[in-house]
Amino acid sequence: MDALDRVVKPKTKRAKRFLEKREPKLNENTKNAMLIKGGNANLTVTEVLKDIYAVKKPFAVMYKRKNITRPFEDQTSLEFFSKKSDCSLFLFGSHNKKRPNNLIIGRMFDYHVLDMIELGVEKFVSLKDIKNSKCPEGTKPMLIFAGDMFDVNEEYKRLKSLLIDFFRGPTVPSIRLAGLEYVLHFTAVDGKIYMRSYKVLLKKSGCKIPRIELEEMGPSLDLVMRRTHLASDDLCKLSLKQPKGLKPKKKKNISHDALGTTYGQIHMQKQDLSKLQTRKMKGLRKRPAEKSAEDGGATPKKSKSA
Amino acid sequence: VEAVLAAAEEQEAEKRRSITVEKELELEYDLGNLLALDRNPPPAAALRGAGPRREELLRALARDNTQLLVSQLWELPAERAGGAGGPLVAQLPEPTFRLPREKPPPKPRPPTRWEQFARLKGIRRKKKTSLVWDEQAKEWRRRWGYRRAGGDPSRAWLAEVPAGADPEEDQFARLRREKRERVARNELNRLRNLARAHRAGSAVPAAPLHPTGHQDRDELRRVARVARVSTASLGRFQPRLPKESAEPPSRSGGKKRRFEPLLGNLAAERSRQLELLRDMGGKKPVLDITRAVNKQLRQEEAEAAAANKGKKQSKRGKRGRRQQRPGRSGKKSGARRQPQQQKAAGGGAGG
Repeated sequence: MDALDRVVKPKTKRAKRFLEKREPKLNENTKNAMLIKGGNANLTVTEVLKDIYAVKKPFAVMYKRKNITRPFEDQTSLEFFSKKSDCSLFLFGSHNKKRPNNLIIGRMFDYHVLDMIELGVEKFVSLKDIKNSKCPEGTKPMLIFAGDMFDVNEEYKRLKSLLIDFFRGPTVPSIRLAGLEYVLHFTAVDGKIYMRSYKVLLKKSGCKIPRIELEEMGPSLDLVMRRTHLASDDLCKLSLKQPKGLKPKKKKNISHDALGTTYGQIHMQKQDLSKLQTRKMKGLRKRPAEKSAEDGGATPKKSKSA
Repeated sequence: VEAVLAAAEEQEAEKRRSITVEKELELEYDLGNLLALDRNPPPAAALRGAGPRREELLRALARDNTQLLVSQLWELPAERAGGAGGPLVAQLPEPTFRLPREKPPPKPRPPTRWEQFARLKGIRRKKKTSLVWDEQAKEWRRRWGYRRAGGDPSRAWLAEVPAGADPEEDQFARLRREKRERVARNELNRLRNLARAHRAGSAVPAAPLHPTGHQDRDELRRVARVARVSTASLGRFQPRLPKESAEPPSRSGGKKRRFEPLLGNLAAERSRQLELLRDMGGKKPVLDITRAVNKQLRQEEAEAAAANKGKKQSKRGKRGRRQQRPGRSGKKSGARRQPQQQKAAGGGAGG
């Protein structure tokens, strides 16, 4: 359409900042997730969505109204939502007789669906049901995946990548060690995936590293994998491609040897050794008698050249 | 002494026992993402039975894995943030697990019309000083802007009437009008460059789409060509517009795909064949001096540009793209003007 082709020139600074936040960048923003309810979402699925929203705040958007779409058949409405709210992860919940308590978890690349995996919720224990103290909102969770299925099976590999992407949170350069409070543990056994969330208590142990005690906290889900819609290999490769500017710059002229010594190289210009400034040793200074003798010897040369 | 050492070791081991975890296979860690991957197959039989036993087993497994991950995290270089009493903060490394991007990486913007022209002609950006000596005010003033060197142009009290101009015309009004026109033209060109960059970035299909108005020159040309060719005789008998080119640009290209008619000019064919034989048979290879020299210069320029780009790539956006290149204009213009001088060198290189 003509309107979509045109360059939208922002009229205010605020609009300009808004557009700049959404355009492709070298270092990207943290991925936002949108949580959508399907046409016939039941209580369980709604509770799941609400709990995941609580975990993922503030990088999540919860859609309050029911949206009657089928992601596996038609992806245009999902892509439209993603474009509107600038979210690249989504979680769609629905329920029908054939697929009870259905959750579709997926991600986008360039506002088009990349991967989608349909999971069925078999058992769900909500945040409200477990009466413990919870950790503060926005804590970066530790993620642990147990089970060899996550490496052997291709679909499970994609699911692992999706779950990491979903729950990762912002990328930070440093972290407060006492603030490691939340851990999400995924176990793949027997065709089922058990997701458990625990609150971490750091107890005193004899040495520097504390002993860990876990307390069951947040949502716990028993999931079973149903349908999948995975991206083709070349699209995957395209999305994984990192721009060249992100590679860390090599520090030149610094080298390390095996023993841990750091060597540096300095490049000097050619020095005139006759004009070098050395330490003045008083004892080695020329006495006046020697100096006159040298002068006497030197002057004949000068007269010859002149 | 040995007994004392052994006792000390025993104590150390005792202390460490509370935090050590035994695993068959080592876990894989990605500390940048606070991620741990456990490859050990979990006890499937034990986990099959539902109920609290399963929860206990899962919790024990989680505890072990978390202990290992936290041990790794505590090994990282840590410091006290905000002085001595602040919290202990660990420096996380870069995340290693490869996750797909949200959007494709940004493409560099295409060069503007002026940038293309400048590159073609070899015009380089002259670095200008920011201050200019103002003779009137006897001090260093800005080149443009507040309190500029030549005085405020809006308060110019004298406007010379140029040689061929109408004596009744208001010169001040003319100057003002011309400035307004210049500003409008520059703004239009800037927006056109932006639109071109935007179009290049989003790869809009080149088919003629817009119904009326807002069609640019290339699109109109394309549409006119399509309309001409859509007649029954494929446009052979369509009258041409006054400024349209006489011969249509062949759809499949220019020079290379042009074929001569089979039974045409016999003399031309003969001369062409003889020339071909002469070129093939001659000892010295034929070298077009100007083409070779220009090609070499292009290559050198490209290399210099690549080297410069690698060295000084600044993120100043549009302004930062115009880099200063080492002066080579003398060599290039010299070559263009005097190809004969290079003949000896060219011949020497070719022969």
